[in-house]
Amino acid sequence: MRVKFRLYRYNPETDAKPYLQDVELDIEPAGKMLLDALIAIKAQDETLSLRRSCREGVCGSDAVNVNGRNRLACITPLSELKEPIEVRPLPGLPVIRDLVVDMEPFYRQYRSIRPWLINDDPEPEVERLQSPEDRALLDGAYECILCACCTTSCPSFWWNPDTFVGPAGLLQAYRFIADSRDEATAARLDNLEDPYRLYRCRGIMSCVEACPKGLNPTEAIGRIKSLLVKRRV
Amino acid sequence: MNTRRFDALIVGGGGAGLRAALQLARSDYKVAVVSKVFPTRSHTVSAQGGITAALANVDDDRWEWHMYDTVKGGDWLGDQDAIEFMCREAASAVYELEHMGLPFSRLDNGKIYQRPFGGQSKHFGGAQATRTCAAADRTGHALLHTLYQQNIKHRTQFFDEYFALDLVRDAEGYCLGVTAISIETGEPLLIEARATLLATGGAGRVFGNSSNAMINTGDGLGMVLRAGLPLQDMEFWQFHPTGIAGVGCLITEGVRGEGGYLLNKNGERFMERYAPHAKDLAGRDVVARAIAIEIAEGRGCGAAPNQSGGDYVHLKLDHLGEKLIAEKLPGIRELAIRFAGVDPVEKPIPVAPTAHYMMGGIPTNLHGQVVAPARYGPEEPVPGLYAVGECACVSVHGANRLGGNSLLDLVVFGRAAGRHMLDYLQDNPYPRPLPDDAVDASRARLARWERPGSERVAAIAEDLRRTMQTHAGVFRTDAVLREGLEKLDELEARLAHAGLADTSRVFNTARIEALELENLVGVARATLVSAIHRTESRGAHTREDFPRRDDERWLKHTLYSRVGDQVDAKPVRLKPLTVESIRPKERVY
Ligand SMILES: Cc1cc2nc3c(=O)[nH]c(=O)nc-3n(C[C@H](O)[C@H](O)[C@H](O)COP(=O)(O)OP(=O)(O)OC[C@H]3O[C@@H](n4cnc5c(N)ncnc54)[C@H](O)[C@@H]3O)c2cc1C
Ligand code: SF4
Ligand code: SF4
Ligand code: FES
Repeated sequence: MRVKFRLYRYNPETDAKPYLQDVELDIEPAGKMLLDALIAIKAQDETLSLRRSCREGVCGSDAVNVNGRNRLACITPLSELKEPIEVRPLPGLPVIRDLVVDMEPFYRQYRSIRPWLINDDPEPEVERLQSPEDRALLDGAYECILCACCTTSCPSFWWNPDTFVGPAGLLQAYRFIADSRDEATAARLDNLEDPYRLYRCRGIMSCVEACPKGLNPTEAIGRIKSLLVKRRV
Repeated sequence: MNTRRFDALIVGGGGAGLRAALQLARSDYKVAVVSKVFPTRSHTVSAQGGITAALANVDDDRWEWHMYDTVKGGDWLGDQDAIEFMCREAASAVYELEHMGLPFSRLDNGKIYQRPFGGQSKHFGGAQATRTCAAADRTGHALLHTLYQQNIKHRTQFFDEYFALDLVRDAEGYCLGVTAISIETGEPLLIEARATLLATGGAGRVFGNSSNAMINTGDGLGMVLRAGLPLQDMEFWQFHPTGIAGVGCLITEGVRGEGGYLLNKNGERFMERYAPHAKDLAGRDVVARAIAIEIAEGRGCGAAPNQSGGDYVHLKLDHLGEKLIAEKLPGIRELAIRFAGVDPVEKPIPVAPTAHYMMGGIPTNLHGQVVAPARYGPEEPVPGLYAVGECACVSVHGANRLGGNSLLDLVVFGRAAGRHMLDYLQDNPYPRPLPDDAVDASRARLARWERPGSERVAAIAEDLRRTMQTHAGVFRTDAVLREGLEKLDELEARLAHAGLADTSRVFNTARIEALELENLVGVARATLVSAIHRTESRGAHTREDFPRRDDERWLKHTLYSRVGDQVDAKPVRLKPLTVESIRPKERVY
């Protein structure tokens, strides 16, 4: 079957500006993912650049904007997509080439929340104990694959990439706040109590809709906000 | 070429590389990590089922039993000193990950959750043990992110999306660093370091049907071969019994650990015939062969009306209940729905063997030092060069790896190599002078891909994967392997005429794929030649023309070198560090 694509193309060495390229591909969509199609297109035309690694939705490499929605190409069934299938790089980040964006602004916000467990007590000889209930608080947060689908669908991040942590970073901040083993909750809340870092979130929920892992950054952000409120009273 | 200098250099940002980097980052030495993908995109992120250590959180356990199982699982090809070291260190390595923040699943008493995995026993071959520590079915993700987080904390210097090209060595054989290119800019770079560690992961993408990430192209192995160093035990590839049929994505052994089992088209629990005691939790090679036989003999599922049997079997887990599946196997459910179109809460998953893990690799000793035959013996360290993880062969997995032992290998030997590198840096405080021709070979390699050519990289890569799938799969014979080698010769001839349609610099992934293909071809050759050489069946290497294990002739490691496709041997270390040797005997489950 011929499937029609419209691909965002930009090579800084040869193109004055980005353009959309119409491409047709012979492919049987049943059981195929968008990534399979992009790889088949690349086999015909080597100049198309994209990132990919695990091809099963766990590494977060191949987030792209498909027909207006941020998704992982490797777990987006071709048969679900309306033609022409328009594939663009993630919005709101500088484009390096074709579907490849500069993720550094996203990573910088991730690093800014101090994404590691802080616990200065002497380590026991065995594991620290954690009840299954306490461990369950991390579900829905630790699974994040840093794909940036959420953050790059967030209007607040588009306008404030240097100052707003964004949904992915805030979800990870919550992951450590929620961890019964972490002792730095107060410092973590201080780090976020800021008109920009946290409070640029307007609760628009584009992030929740975009997350390919079904995570809910808005809910985590809400929990952080209520912890801050509680702390004040 | 632009140059950067560090005390220590780690090539690879997966679990092995990051664990070693952490050891160095906590010291005063300057350490850099080079990775062709952002570290959390490394293949370790895909590991599902868990990491094995005899914590005894659920049931009696001892590291000695883990050691016994590992030796037996590897069909006695593993080195028992390395295996003792790994199993002894396992508990502390896992506790340490927990202290770093790894979100392990928990038991009611708050301890780390453990599940049964294949090939695990109590009392040296007795009842099933429960030894694999898990974070649901996302243990690799949890482990990799935790180690990355610790490295950010300790300010490791990362070169993300840099592709390592070649080792740089001097006339005395010292490793002085590597050459690389920035994928983003296409600029070559020389990174000098007094100690270099390769942690470039596996090469499962040499097969057509594989559980591996697309970046698993054996780059570190290619680098080592080009440097004139040998690879060990490359005939041993693990085919995981349960890949999603037709796709290859993995369904963890943890599914069978939690109580799932395999069925053929007659609804028969066929593993009872092949492994009466361990059944579905026998060694992976045993289960993979059983499935292959069921399919070959017409008892596969999903047959077309004109066929006697289809090309997969069923993995049934609906009886485990939705609650357990949601808690302990959520990722599996997601994969099955997406890639097989079935919800395992209701229906069995269609599965077939898929290429999964490379037991062979770069030969090392217990400290992760790369060893090679030299003047004074068969195992002399190459000064300044280390290797850890799936790219390495310290030989704890022997002829067949047990589930959960790879993640363990990464952290135990990552830590050991990091420690040894610290000592090495102390003993070798000054950088050695760089030879004049240090970067010539890499320059030539890059220049070669500027020249036009008639053959396309993608087409050759596709044919290579097909060739290996057909000629180096679960069952092998001399004729089939030799035919594969002939086809490989043809592919290499085509590779010499290949050129890039795109020679631009910025984020040119076509160039990267060409460089990866060169490495894959080296891996394929090492595999085929070693497999032809070994005329016995052991672990994952099954020769239909030599169906028995032959300890008299073959209880030894294979060493493959590129020049003249030479094959040498070195002895298996049957002597552990402190405990008694586990003598070879028949391997039954
Ligand atoms: C689907 C799946 C599930 C698994 N589940 C389990 C499990 O439950 N338990 C278990 O113990 N094992 C499991 N394994 C095996 C285990 O995950 C791997 O063996 C292990 O993660 C390999 O880790 P590594 O650090 O050696 O390499 P990787 O994680 O593969 O990392 C390799 C690194 O090297 C870098 N690299 C490679 N080439 C270059 C180059 N040329 N230049 C620069 N950088 C380079 C990459 O960027 C990457 O950072 C599983 C494997 C698969 C395929
Ligand atoms: S809910 Fe907040 S973080 Fe999520 S998209 Fe809206 S503004 Fe952004
Ligand atoms: S929260 Fe979801 S969308 Fe956002 S980075 Fe994590 S996995 Fe991606
Ligand atoms: S390739 Fe890993 S998430 Fe798509």
